[in-house]
Amino acid sequence: MSFFEPAIQNLLSPAILFFSLGLIATLMRSDLAVPEAVAKFLALYLLFSIGFRGGTEIAHHGVDGRMLLTLATGAALSFMTPFAAFALLKLLSRFRPVDAAAVSAHYGSISIVTFIAATSALGRQSIPYEGFMVGVAAAMETPAILAALLIAQRGPTDTVPKPSEIWRHSFLNGSVVILIGALLIGVITGQRGATALKPFVLDLFPGLLCLFLLDIGILVGRGLEQGRKYLTPSAGLFAIMMPLSGATVAAALSYAIGLSAGGIALFMTLAASASYIAVPAALRLALPQANPSIGLTLSLGVTFPFNLVIGIPLYIWVATRFLQ
Amino acid sequence: MQTFLKKRIEVIIEAPALKKVVQAFDSRKIIGHTIFPVLAGSGHEGRWDAAGLIGDTGRMVSVMCVLDPAELDAVMIDIQPIIQNQIGIVLISDVQVIRREHF
Repeated sequence: MSFFEPAIQNLLSPAILFFSLGLIATLMRSDLAVPEAVAKFLALYLLFSIGFRGGTEIAHHGVDGRMLLTLATGAALSFMTPFAAFALLKLLSRFRPVDAAAVSAHYGSISIVTFIAATSALGRQSIPYEGFMVGVAAAMETPAILAALLIAQRGPTDTVPKPSEIWRHSFLNGSVVILIGALLIGVITGQRGATALKPFVLDLFPGLLCLFLLDIGILVGRGLEQGRKYLTPSAGLFAIMMPLSGATVAAALSYAIGLSAGGIALFMTLAASASYIAVPAALRLALPQANPSIGLTLSLGVTFPFNLVIGIPLYIWVATRFLQ
Repeated sequence: MQTFLKKRIEVIIEAPALKKVVQAFDSRKIIGHTIFPVLAGSGHEGRWDAAGLIGDTGRMVSVMCVLDPAELDAVMIDIQPIIQNQIGIVLISDVQVIRREHF
């Protein structure tokens, strides 16, 4: 199978087309908007659904050493990536150290929406993946923030973050709680739960994902308009280089662990994605001097669309073609 | 009708830092504050809009409290370092209230 066939299928999927609709409508200055409460409900639903389905998969297949190894590898990768990102940013950009540290945290952490889009793409191609990858996604949320704080403390900044506050914010933030909570409920209820909730967590999922991506498209369009001044060629290059290099490292690691092709594609997607929900909020507490617009513009305005349109089909193609 | 002079503090601040402001009021035993959602606005970074936002980043909130003028300086000692690094503004104004014992 060539790369172009699934890539075009991906481009013409309802999810990507709704994302494009939101983006284009905003750039054309339409007043199209998804109410804040609806957007939050959709995010809650998607996390609930993906967590629960991951849990039922774990209940079905059981826990093995690969799961623990993948969790540990994911957390380590999330912690190490900001150091590489910071070094690359110092080379490519003129951002202040505190801004570069904050941007680095975005790239060490993950985008759960990108992950959900990747699981949806795998579903369309009937490629199975390990249910515990949902847990890996949660494990990769936080270590990057801690790494960014270490980087920032080495620079000229008067930041004195309270570690307990950061840990609390990272582990008890709503998205992590619903994701891990739903996963545990899925593990506990297993097949019985999967059957009971199928109409809600499975049948409604593609439509609500489309509506959510419409909202994300609107946010990307708005972010690009507001953060245009930060989008220098070198910053844009960074936002494309990071997902590709992250995915390459993740491919090697997940292949060594022995994940399935679907699992490898998801691990690559996680390493390639950049946070624009959990990390920016945590950084407003941990590194308030950092300019939040820079990281958001790069992660949401460049890396997210890149992964959605090119990255995900590329990672799936590499995993199924070369690493199966 | 008799009214009494009080001070009104209004803090419009980015949502992730809301808890810090509330804690500052609580630590000074200021009884009563009100939090308002903020829909949209414009600042040094340009226009912003809360519509469609999923997380707290980019969202602003407004916290209002009315207190005795004698308590103002102490509260502002706590509020000032918070607002120093966060996105937001603080407004202080004179207000008249009809029930003095409430504030």
